[in-house]
Amino acid sequence: MQKVISETKKAFMTGNETAAWAALAAGAEVMYGYPITPQNEIMHYWTRLAPKYDRKFLQTEDELSAGFTTSGAVQAGVKAFTATAGPGNVLMQEPFGMAEAMRLPLLAIIQQRGGPSSGTVIYSQQEVTLTTYGGNGEGHRIVYSTATHQELYDYIIKGFNTAWKYRFPTFVLGDGYQAKMREPLEIYDPEERGIEMVKTYPLIGREGHIGENREPQHLCNIYSLEEELYDVVMKTSAEYEKISPEIVEYDENLCQDADVLIVTHGVVSRAADDAVKALRAQGIKASYFRPITLRPFPAKQLREAIAKSGAKKMLIAESAYGQLDRLTKQEIYGETIVIDHLFMPGVGIVDHDIITKVKSML
Amino acid sequence: MITPATPKSWYLPSKPHKFCPGCGHGITLKALGEVIDELEIQDKTIFGCDIGCSLLSWDFFACDSTQTHHGRTTPVMVGIKRARPELITIGYMGDGGGYSIGSQHLLNSAVRNEKVTLILVNNTNYGMTGGQMAPTTLPGQKTETTPYGRDPELTGYPTKGPEFLAELTSDGAYIARGTVAKYKQLKRFIKNALLNQIEGNGFSFVEVLSTCPTNWRTNAQQTWHFLEEEMEKEFPVGELKSPLGKGDK
Repeated sequence: MQKVISETKKAFMTGNETAAWAALAAGAEVMYGYPITPQNEIMHYWTRLAPKYDRKFLQTEDELSAGFTTSGAVQAGVKAFTATAGPGNVLMQEPFGMAEAMRLPLLAIIQQRGGPSSGTVIYSQQEVTLTTYGGNGEGHRIVYSTATHQELYDYIIKGFNTAWKYRFPTFVLGDGYQAKMREPLEIYDPEERGIEMVKTYPLIGREGHIGENREPQHLCNIYSLEEELYDVVMKTSAEYEKISPEIVEYDENLCQDADVLIVTHGVVSRAADDAVKALRAQGIKASYFRPITLRPFPAKQLREAIAKSGAKKMLIAESAYGQLDRLTKQEIYGETIVIDHLFMPGVGIVDHDIITKVKSML
Repeated sequence: MITPATPKSWYLPSKPHKFCPGCGHGITLKALGEVIDELEIQDKTIFGCDIGCSLLSWDFFACDSTQTHHGRTTPVMVGIKRARPELITIGYMGDGGGYSIGSQHLLNSAVRNEKVTLILVNNTNYGMTGGQMAPTTLPGQKTETTPYGRDPELTGYPTKGPEFLAELTSDGAYIARGTVAKYKQLKRFIKNALLNQIEGNGFSFVEVLSTCPTNWRTNAQQTWHFLEEEMEKEFPVGELKSPLGKGDK
């Protein structure tokens, strides 16, 4: 496959452009997608760049089709991805559920917009519950929540590897702000950085002659008996739990000694990071913890941060009405730290919002 | 003892199959199996099945197979074919999956002239879920959700799939309607639909008129009468569109 980026380059681009470059650099061969704001430019850049590198694209009739065509491509052993947002993410829960059931290594980039329903086309963090636990299943998915364009680039490349190494559907959860704003980052060829790209392989459409040197593959997601399904779900759960420690990622700052621990994810973490610095300058011992993987969640690491910081209070801040809050509470059940929240559904959070809230808590 | 000839492409561990006695799926899948053998495409065929009675074919063939969701077999086959054009993709579905819940996929893949082969079994009802009205249910026909007979004033007339697909598709598409009552003709249509994909001409579609004595609550004679008389009157059998040379038929 033709190299897309020969040497590391400084770039100044939007998150959507970043996503297209990252997928190209990761060796994605196919994108199937359907227009929805704010992810459209991922397709726009892909459709301009892809033919130059012999990659493919199809604009499908809807998000159901985008998700299911993507699931077809990965079953045939081709590195494929899609991207969506909001109501499109709702429709894609059907194919994502099938990917969960059949352990299909698809990658989806989600650029969150306001909800519920059509909401806004702008920004939110309201697709956390949907992306982590959507569908009629158990949330056997891997979800990276990015905060910067550099992370968008890095985690899309990593996301393809995670998907194909572990065979769980993998998501890179961005948002409208990350999608549309420009900022500097470095784009690079992963192999040049020593990142080995996991080889893809077909689940169906394999080499060889049936009955001579191979058996036919019969993939399914429906079972006749309760016990058959039980065995499959229990096996998947066990595997998911086993690999979770290898996948979990988080970021923390000043958690050695703190009065208040601020928990955020995604782009809001940037406001939290600034707020912690400002509060420290004012003599308030604030600290910062951020799950990078929302599924699996870095529960052990957050519990350790609570213990070692000695913080008596936690603030959960998010551009949603309690989606990170619920996720965090279920993961750290039993902790006695007092938890307060700053919920700003569908609007941005800046450092000042967090500083004011923290001061009101102390 | 004479054993009936079994297509080489059938997967024997899953036989005898699980369709009801008198169901037309077995005849359709026998024709498909014989065609796969004759075209020698077993190793590169991807057989995709829908939800509904067609689901029972998920391990029917000794071909790589994948089972999808209700109505979503078409996009899965499209996704595979575009990613790996050397594979032969066969989507197998019922009238509910193709004409109702998956109609947007059927319509748009036809418009795009996707190089897949779809086989849709029309038995005028939702069999697996217990005999509800399908898009193909005949006017006056009793089903679980039309217990007094389908009233076109309330629920319209039967969907004519091949007719609308023939209108929608461009050159290169193959569109036909066969019936399990005419085996040789049905097999020829299925073969043409696969040849059309192999030749890379475009979208290929065969609707198969089939039987459902379990939900029709008919005996053998009534079943055959309904298929040959009632259904064929509503759904004319034949090739509606073919880019293949006359000699190939």
